[in-house]
Amino acid sequence: MLITELKQKDDVLSLIKGKALVISCIGCKEVYFPVTEAEELHKELLAGGNVSAVITTDYICNPENLKLQLKKHMDKVEAAEILLVFSCGVGVQTVAELYPNKAVFAACDTYPLPGHQGITPLEPECDQCAECHLSDTAGICPITACSKGLLNGQCGGSKNGMCEVDKDMECGWERIYRRLEKLGLLDSLLYPAKIRNYIAIAGAGANASES
Amino acid sequence: MRITELFDRGEFVLTTEVGPPKGFHLDHLLHEVKEYLGDITAVNVTDNQSSVMRLGSLATCKAIKDIGVNSIFQITCRDRNRLALQSDLLSAAYFGIDNLLLLTGDYTTLGDTPQAKPVFDLDSVSLIHAVKQLESGIDLGGNELDGDPPKFAKGAVVSPCSDSVDVQLAKMERKVAAGAEYFQTQAVFEPEKFFEFMEKAKQFNVPVMLGVIILKNAGMANFMNNNIAGINVPPDIIEELKADPEKTKAGITGVEITARIIKECRDYCQGVHIMALGWEKLVPDLLRESNLVS
Repeated sequence: MLITELKQKDDVLSLIKGKALVISCIGCKEVYFPVTEAEELHKELLAGGNVSAVITTDYICNPENLKLQLKKHMDKVEAAEILLVFSCGVGVQTVAELYPNKAVFAACDTYPLPGHQGITPLEPECDQCAECHLSDTAGICPITACSKGLLNGQCGGSKNGMCEVDKDMECGWERIYRRLEKLGLLDSLLYPAKIRNYIAIAGAGANASES
Repeated sequence: MRITELFDRGEFVLTTEVGPPKGFHLDHLLHEVKEYLGDITAVNVTDNQSSVMRLGSLATCKAIKDIGVNSIFQITCRDRNRLALQSDLLSAAYFGIDNLLLLTGDYTTLGDTPQAKPVFDLDSVSLIHAVKQLESGIDLGGNELDGDPPKFAKGAVVSPCSDSVDVQLAKMERKVAAGAEYFQTQAVFEPEKFFEFMEKAKQFNVPVMLGVIILKNAGMANFMNNNIAGINVPPDIIEELKADPEKTKAGITGVEITARIIKECRDYCQGVHIMALGWEKLVPDLLRESNLVS
């Protein structure tokens, strides 16, 4: 079970710097999703003028389902520079994998809730860190795609683009950098030093509703 | 003494690196420091280098300081969370150890205790930020320190010959933004690559110390090429090491190669960092052959 919460409104609005499309996952049995609050924010985003539409569907974490759901909206997907995703971290990463030429941003933070994880596909992985970093890192999670879970860039251990810890695994930060480079978004790596906040996930669900 | 003061004065800074023993006897290490490293500005002390458990870096720095030699406290984020790291930084300040080299650290499974929990609560960038914050009198929890805050020379590393040098430069930029004041590099065997790197790195306006390793034999070079990120020993150097095995065994070839690299790169950097890897006794010869001492 996961809980998603919307990021601060101003943070979400600041992500829309060009033509955008919102993809909103109404969740699954395994994810609690703040439907009403999301809908209010969708309205505000549409009123801003840069968002062409809000496509609401479920199970966007399943790439086949996502492709099917977006088929009839391909004109809007193609016209958009930015895909703003309302979902858990798995959904955001699935959209980013499917559309490598789009800037994919996250509108939600994902919190863990101990117990049954449900049937949500876990590839790509979301660490449920409660402070989603995917908007800064080209939709590739620096926690699960990097063996050390580094938030501030590549360590010195990458060789030929592969990780020093698991030589069969691509260096996550190499992937993040290459994708940002391709998107012309390398400036998004100029954020101040990031440090994880473990209190956000201490006691998980209980704290989530207060934060 | 903070080595940043020397950079500020325009001095060419020489550092080397020693690894504490697996045990608590420092006589041999201190003897080598006294005997061979007299012309060195400051001696780096590694922190459980290559994830191998050893005597602590801080204690060794203190012992080196006590024999009158300046040291650089290397700190990695692999073994300690932010409480322990900040606490050790304050301990260093108490001992008067004011040179730091701040690293993320190798992964636990690469060392001699692969069962250990990898910490990485902070990383090199956030550790630099933490030091800067302590220097402002506030810890990472936002709490005030008692009395005057500490002041350190904040060093970091970068890999100029990495096969992803642009990704390394992006990280270097983040380290500088977080407060890094000088850099030591991974070992360089390809001066051309170093020149290209420095051309791009000069925009950051921080002193960079050329990293060098004294090669012991061709096997060592091949091993590093296959296993160590950011190091590439070109074939002509490997041939040079093979040419006269006795000369290579005596360290003469390694010193010649390293001195040549230092002389080629000297005008492009603000200092040299020598990784002797057990061949500390060759450091005086290397400094002479590189024209770094008369």
